Amino acid sequence: MEMTEDQIHRYSRHILLSEVGGSGQVKLLNSSVLIVGAGGLGSPVALYLAAAGVGHIGIVDMDVVDLSNLQRQVIHHSKDIGRPKVLSASEKMTGLNPDVEVKTYQVLLNSENAREIAAPYDVIIDGTDNFSAKFLINDLAVLTGKPLVHGGILRFSGQVMTIVPGQSACYRCIFREPPPAGAIPTCSEAGVLGVIAGVVGSIQATEVLKFLLGKGELLTNHLLTYDALTVLIRKVGVRKNPRCPICGDNPTITELHDYEQPVCANPV
Amino acid sequence: MKILVNGKRKDVPEGTSLSAYLEIEGLDPQLVSMELNGRIVEREEWASTGLNEDDELEILFFMGGGL
Ligand SMILES: [Zn+2]
Repeated sequence: MEMTEDQIHRYSRHILLSEVGGSGQVKLLNSSVLIVGAGGLGSPVALYLAAAGVGHIGIVDMDVVDLSNLQRQVIHHSKDIGRPKVLSASEKMTGLNPDVEVKTYQVLLNSENAREIAAPYDVIIDGTDNFSAKFLINDLAVLTGKPLVHGGILRFSGQVMTIVPGQSACYRCIFREPPPAGAIPTCSEAGVLGVIAGVVGSIQATEVLKFLLGKGELLTNHLLTYDALTVLIRKVGVRKNPRCPICGDNPTITELHDYEQPVCANPV
Repeated sequence: MKILVNGKRKDVPEGTSLSAYLEIEGLDPQLVSMELNGRIVEREEWASTGLNEDDELEILFFMGGGL
């Protein structure tokens, strides 16, 4: 694939980097990424991956934009209130970069549809806000062998971890199963400083770009934690857990299944 | 005795278990996972796992937000 003159101009700051160059940029243009969640984490991820020229991006979210989303979900504008998030996101992404082909899935990812939705993509990014989705996405990644970049945020802090199935620790290696429903505030009751989603989502997008380019060290076998109040960023080493229920020595989970947990739907 | 918790030096009584440590810190066990000297300790073993001098403990929090 040859880049056009406009593309060479658009991506010139990438092309200048020896780790990217023209060939790396062409790689990005030929890559595909699935973003689950078009919200706080999904917003920066979608915008930066589109700007970077990742050629094929899928985005999954069943919700519509709510006024309370706009404090952090920067891909959506005030005029988008009431519109499906995937449509709002897709418009901004293709508006930013017409090179990008965006596929929208206005559904709830579940054990029935997850494999089919994920099939065409090279990498998965978790931008969801509940544990049933986070564990489903981890299991999907491990069972299909697709790399995953996990992200989570709460109040003033966030975490990121990159999972390369078969090679590095998975989310369940650390967090075996979802916490009991209601034990941990996940939705509207907990609160989050909006910009935390920007920090964590941007790190997730960076991990994806590094993975696609094959450059640098990934956040595999590490859980990165960011605490905004103390400005402490820590990379905690973790390892593959032989007792992990999905990627350990004697896996007990061999199929996708849904956990009964409330989904943070917006009151429409 | 001195241990390292999430990168910070802490002083804890001899023989403190992982469960007891969470109690000392006032942390709800349901909210965390614990890694001792680089290995995840299963929840069922927190009460029977004692801390030793110079142990490195990481308390990892569930973070479910994202939207
Ligand atoms: Zn695992």
